[in-house]
Amino acid sequence: MPFEPTPDLAREIDDILTRYPNKMAACIPTLHACQAQNGWCSEEVIDFVSRRLDLPTAHVKGVVTFYTLFNQHPVGKHQVWVCRTLPCALRGGEDLLSHCEKRLGIHQGETTKDGLVTLRSAECLASCGTAPMLQVDKDYHENLTKERVDEILTSLGATLLGATLK
Amino acid sequence: MIEPVKHISKNYGIDRSWTLEVYERTRGYQAARKALSMEPAKIIDEMKAANIRGRGGAGFPMGIKWSFMRPHPTKPAYLVVNADEGEPGTHKDRTIMELDPHRLLEGCMIGMYAYIYVRDELHLSKKRLWDAIHELRAKGYLGKRPFGLKDYPLEIHVQTGAGAYICGEETALLNSLEGRRGEPRLKPPFPAQVGAFGCPTTVNNVESIASAGLALMMGGAEFSKLSRLHEVGDGGCRLYGVNGHVEKGLVVELPCGPSINELIAMAGGVSKGRKVKGVIPGGSSCPVLTPDEVFHMPDEKSPLHKYHGMKVFDVPMGVDTMRIAGTMLGTCCITVIAEGTCMVRAAHNLARFYKHESCGQCTPCREGTGWIERIFEKIETGHGDLGELNEVSDIASNIIGNTICAFGDGAALPMLGFVRKFRKEFEQHVKDKRCPFNGSIL
Repeated sequence: MPFEPTPDLAREIDDILTRYPNKMAACIPTLHACQAQNGWCSEEVIDFVSRRLDLPTAHVKGVVTFYTLFNQHPVGKHQVWVCRTLPCALRGGEDLLSHCEKRLGIHQGETTKDGLVTLRSAECLASCGTAPMLQVDKDYHENLTKERVDEILTSLGATLLGATLK
Repeated sequence: MIEPVKHISKNYGIDRSWTLEVYERTRGYQAARKALSMEPAKIIDEMKAANIRGRGGAGFPMGIKWSFMRPHPTKPAYLVVNADEGEPGTHKDRTIMELDPHRLLEGCMIGMYAYIYVRDELHLSKKRLWDAIHELRAKGYLGKRPFGLKDYPLEIHVQTGAGAYICGEETALLNSLEGRRGEPRLKPPFPAQVGAFGCPTTVNNVESIASAGLALMMGGAEFSKLSRLHEVGDGGCRLYGVNGHVEKGLVVELPCGPSINELIAMAGGVSKGRKVKGVIPGGSSCPVLTPDEVFHMPDEKSPLHKYHGMKVFDVPMGVDTMRIAGTMLGTCCITVIAEGTCMVRAAHNLARFYKHESCGQCTPCREGTGWIERIFEKIETGHGDLGELNEVSDIASNIIGNTICAFGDGAALPMLGFVRKFRKEFEQHVKDKRCPFNGSIL
């Protein structure tokens, strides 16, 4: 079934197009907006964006596959990104990642069976002074401890494995 | 001891510091109004006098960069602000965008029609910038006749990336802004001739642009004198960051030129009372420094000769001093690594980063970063041999200077730095067939 933008999304794309001297420049913001509605950049989304912006499908697909944040597969309702680059690693970032893997019962890159959480490792998120940190959807959580991570995951509605919650 | 100053960070800590109301209360937008009444050449002169060395890492003088812009008879000119902050160990630009977005916008207005390219992950920064832009539009500060003063169309847009470190490279950023894959372009032509949408373009870092208003109000020469390194053309004040093994990570505004030891002291010292093993001075692309290194500038005519023979950790951190010390100032957010840390594991962490972030356009970088990562992993897990360790130098030499952009050098040089300065540790791993630190990185 072809991708259909909601009226809000259609308006958002119109607004994006006013910012640039050509349509191609709207490619990345438009993909972000469509991904926000659809959850991932499916073939249908790519097809829609290429028609809307008069771009070859190959160009749009090339952009989608280049950038980490465009999902090429369906993902969970929430995206949890744990930073593991050196400044975070020096303050326990790698431990936090394996802690999340244990608690959620999945490896990084996987989604929980109930489709709630996709766990991924991130490269530096510009929060080194407040490491370790993780990002849940649009929010940063900084200066973390394992206890605080358990609370964050619980607040998303995740069932934690092996947890001894108070 | 160097004392913190409050210029760029003047409004940090004030309630709702990101609003137009607060910014105007603290003399905001006077510089933008002043700029509209000035000749462009005069603005550029002030920027040159301010000695603002690019705050994004390369340290190129901003005034000189602005002077490369020549008006084109038919094409518009653009300012593109590089807010793709993603160099591991760098966490300063975010504070400007989150806590004082108007300072950046005012800098843009002193420049010209601007796109601010913010990495997608910084959702709060994007929101604060858009909110601030809407405040300006509502008041008539932007548009065809900014402040109602002069017919000089000004607009500012926020553009976003989608998670690619390489888009911090200016020509990759321009490709990404135009809706393409973020692959760096061959230079020449340079952006000042052919930049965004084929038009003359200047690409500047967030903090550089946020300093423009201050320099204009204070007078370029006065602004430059705030620095400890004013005499060597490294002027003003800037945001320094400290992260890694310290008691408290921080971002602090200082006159240019604190020493590494002063920064560590400000962050409460090394965590758990340990000693320093190494410091990465300004993002992971800068080769690591060790506490016993000595600053070497025997030429008596050099203005930097006065630091000759001092410990590098006690020398003021500036663009030129760090270059002479064999590394780079970069973004001047230092990453402190304490005694007891396995440097092979630290190097492997960064090698993995560069492997992940290489855009894949040039073969030496695409393949080489992967090879280095695999060799470091083998050594760390006790499966490496000395032949492979020696190969790291060959691979790195084949990357350096052989790629379209500076990413290749930025990936290879720090890897060589780790191997050269901690060679005994790498050899110990090979000899023992295990990590002598049990893989400790904390």
